[in-house]
Amino acid sequence: MTLFYVFAAIAVVASLLVIAQRNPIYSVLLLIASFGALSGLYVLLSAPFVAVIQIVVYAGAIMVLFLFVVMLLNAPHEETEADERRHVLLRSGALRFGAVLAFALAAELVWALSQGRDTGAFPGASVASVAAIGRTLFTDYAFPFEVTSILILVALVGAVVLAQRDHPLDRERP
Amino acid sequence: MAVRARGRGALTRFFAAQIVLTLFVFVMLLNSAAIMVWVERKVAALLQQRLGPYLVGPKGLLQPLADVVKLMFKEELRPKAADAFLFGLAPIISATCAFAAFAVVPFGASTTFFGLLDEPLRLQVADVNVAVLVIFAVASMSVYGIVLAGWSSNSKYSLLGGLRASAQMISYELSYGLALASVLLLGNSLSLTDIVGRQAGTWLGFIPRWLVFVQPIGFLIFMTAGVAETNRAPFDFPEAEQELVAGYHTEYSSMSFAMFFLAEYINMVTVSAVATDLFLGGWHGPFLPESFGWIWFLLKVSAILFFYVWMRWTLPRYRYDQLMQFGWKILLPLATVNLLVTAAGVLYFGL
Amino acid sequence: MPTLDHYLLLSAVLFAIGAAGVFVRRNLITILLSVEIMLNAVNLTFVAFGRALGTVDGQIIVFFVMTVAAAEAAVGLAIVIGLFRHRESLNPDSFAQLKW
Repeated sequence: MTLFYVFAAIAVVASLLVIAQRNPIYSVLLLIASFGALSGLYVLLSAPFVAVIQIVVYAGAIMVLFLFVVMLLNAPHEETEADERRHVLLRSGALRFGAVLAFALAAELVWALSQGRDTGAFPGASVASVAAIGRTLFTDYAFPFEVTSILILVALVGAVVLAQRDHPLDRERP
Repeated sequence: MAVRARGRGALTRFFAAQIVLTLFVFVMLLNSAAIMVWVERKVAALLQQRLGPYLVGPKGLLQPLADVVKLMFKEELRPKAADAFLFGLAPIISATCAFAAFAVVPFGASTTFFGLLDEPLRLQVADVNVAVLVIFAVASMSVYGIVLAGWSSNSKYSLLGGLRASAQMISYELSYGLALASVLLLGNSLSLTDIVGRQAGTWLGFIPRWLVFVQPIGFLIFMTAGVAETNRAPFDFPEAEQELVAGYHTEYSSMSFAMFFLAEYINMVTVSAVATDLFLGGWHGPFLPESFGWIWFLLKVSAILFFYVWMRWTLPRYRYDQLMQFGWKILLPLATVNLLVTAAGVLYFGL
Repeated sequence: MPTLDHYLLLSAVLFAIGAAGVFVRRNLITILLSVEIMLNAVNLTFVAFGRALGTVDGQIIVFFVMTVAAAEAAVGLAIVIGLFRHRESLNPDSFAQLKW
């Protein structure tokens, strides 16, 4: 139980710091810490395969991509001088409305969850073996699996095309 | 690992054994890094027909100790504009991931240490079902050490060097994973202990049942990707950049620098140990009883490490674009074809 | 022992934090990071329910969600790079006009 609270605390605190940090590099690193805590939670939920895949895919690949982009863009800060001195909720216009929306969403979610009946403890320990996952993935979910592979291909081509430096059609023609 | 309640004595002895095992593995890894420093310099010297270290201690065996003492006494520098927290964090990430990967590698059969323990203890710090995936995950995390080192040095050259090195590591991770997947198809399990267990015994009485004979190309792909992952020659362009412009660890000195090279040597040892477990039969070998299998393990790992050093001082270095081209256009399709052929073999010939 | 309610509450909190990030932050990359937080909260819900119902389907859906998140992050970052090259700013308010 304590392990759950430790991982949950790390995940929540790290996520809060992600959205509160001004420097995007620290945001990315804190998000990696949050993913690590989530991976621990997956282990507690008897899902070791998902836990490791979370580290390999999310923390090890997607976040590296984010880190590369942040480092190469080296963007300046986003807020004006006047705004930076005031608290997020007190800033003008869109930010204030956004903060209120966020609180409303949080309150709504907590209320909705408290309406449910008590579900009790989890059923007996069952470590879903990787073999079982593989079997179900390639039989019941074979079609989504193939579609996902096409999705990744589309994303690959799209990312390369979108990030190209000069569009072939923009070049000067003699 | 079930420990039946046979009284508190057995339990405390079990935990004590686990702690001793963990400390032993840690100390042995540190020693192996020191030994590798000496081996590298001596073998390099012999390959280049010169003597190498011979002054410090008999045959220069105390040279690594001298190197460590020198590094400890150097001044610890930090560029003023560097991000202090990340600058200090980067070598820690590199070193930690290097050690952590070895935690799931078994290096000997279960042993009771001549009857001291009631139950046999696996010579593996953490016995997890998904050991192979954990190694892959930790290898993915070690990229961050390099990227953060490059960024936090606050120098454009360091940043580009770090990004290039990490791009190289990520590219070769794919072939690494596909070669691993081919072995998993044959071994039918994600646990390293099970895969090693499958390699016991011999065919025809004298050819050991090692997976390298069933997966020769897979072994070559794995070793090539492993060499590229650890940034060793001939794929060590990120390190060689120091000769040309600057690498990701130029701004580091003293113990932080030492930690990066410690991480490199321990990554080498880990890749060799994993390759031994997956392809070369782990601790199985003739003439010795099972409980002394760790001797065979040591011999095999030493052989692979010798090849590492041999390759470094024999082969010329790849240029960066040649390196990336090789990784994506040659090694990755080869690894994919290898996986498909292995899958076909398992399906139709029941390997 | 943590029950299903604990995990659901945690994922609701994480989802709300991610949504707050998307609403409040004015930096394109931080907005993308907040979307990743939301996707992770959903992953946690799926795995928790999969465990509570005793099936492996929860983990398989997580597999697909992760893949889609990876694809979306890649394309999203490519778009961010393109936008940055044009306007030298990562503030979404700089792109408020329909003129390129």
